[in-house]
Amino acid sequence: MPNNQHQEHTEADKSSSWQSVKNDWGADKQAFDMPWGKLMMWIFLLSDTFIFSIFLISYMNVRMSVTVPWPNPSEVFALTIAGHHIPLVLIAIMTFILITSSGTMAMAVNYAYQGNKKKTVYLMVTTALLGASFIGMQAFEWTKLIVEEGIRPWDNPMGANQFGAAFFMITGFHGLHVSAGVIYLALIAKRVNQGKYDNKGYQIVEITGLYWHFVDLVWVFIFAFFYLW
Amino acid sequence: MMKQHIATPSATSHVQQQHPISMYLKVWLLLFVLSACSYMVDYFEFQGMLRWTLILAFMFLKAGLIIMFFMHLAWERMAVKLLLFLPPIAILIFIVLMSSEADYVFISRMLSFFNP
Repeated sequence: MPNNQHQEHTEADKSSSWQSVKNDWGADKQAFDMPWGKLMMWIFLLSDTFIFSIFLISYMNVRMSVTVPWPNPSEVFALTIAGHHIPLVLIAIMTFILITSSGTMAMAVNYAYQGNKKKTVYLMVTTALLGASFIGMQAFEWTKLIVEEGIRPWDNPMGANQFGAAFFMITGFHGLHVSAGVIYLALIAKRVNQGKYDNKGYQIVEITGLYWHFVDLVWVFIFAFFYLW
Repeated sequence: MMKQHIATPSATSHVQQQHPISMYLKVWLLLFVLSACSYMVDYFEFQGMLRWTLILAFMFLKAGLIIMFFMHLAWERMAVKLLLFLPPIAILIFIVLMSSEADYVFISRMLSFFNP
């Protein structure tokens, strides 16, 4: 019965998407036509959007109001590789790694819905490994900044002290999300491999994917606002 | 009955997403190119308005691709899109408020620290 209702609505929705909003909210049924776990993940991600926004807005606020020079991120995060001085190179590599992991995750979701368990598990493990390498590079970056440059959350020899506070807060919180994502991915990959979702369906892989893509999405904003601006 | 329906979605349920792998590869390639472009903005040291415009343009393009195709929002219903895109308007308002506040703090600091 519920499935038939959905089908009818899908037909009617082609005329107007606003009509579909009216149908979804006005009819005597659940408003959001998706597994509850997926809806809860979307709502969690929406709340997480607000948390990261608040961090980025507070960063904007201090950067606009400081009276001492803000360090040039391009120079702070430059590395000398094989005698060449390349600006922001590690951050660029981290960006590409995270995008690649998003790609492998998207394909894992696709194979999960095709019922190809083996490929799903391999791709999820690949995603988790790429995420772990991202954390490794971030640890390297933090070590370099703390030990070699002497930057602290309350102190910064290169200029505005707020640089350290904003940097450790924003990238630290994002790094925590990546770490949690790696654990989450490994756990779900293990359970998929054990066949725990054979009867339930593989929506869980898409839900895990939503979280992982969100982590990548946040990095897009951090990369633009903190490292490039 | 409702609970059963949620716990055991049928194999043909339309909530599942089926797209050709080539679509994901194309989006992935686009994301790579856009990331390379935004890195080039820094590498070639563009400054001022041009820099900020390019950074924002590449950022929004990347974010849009990830949300729409990787997170499959392009195929979700309008009600879901509204759920996700209406609340962040509050964030935009907060940005406007905090940037004007930051200007005020900056001017106050300049007046009281450097102009006794």
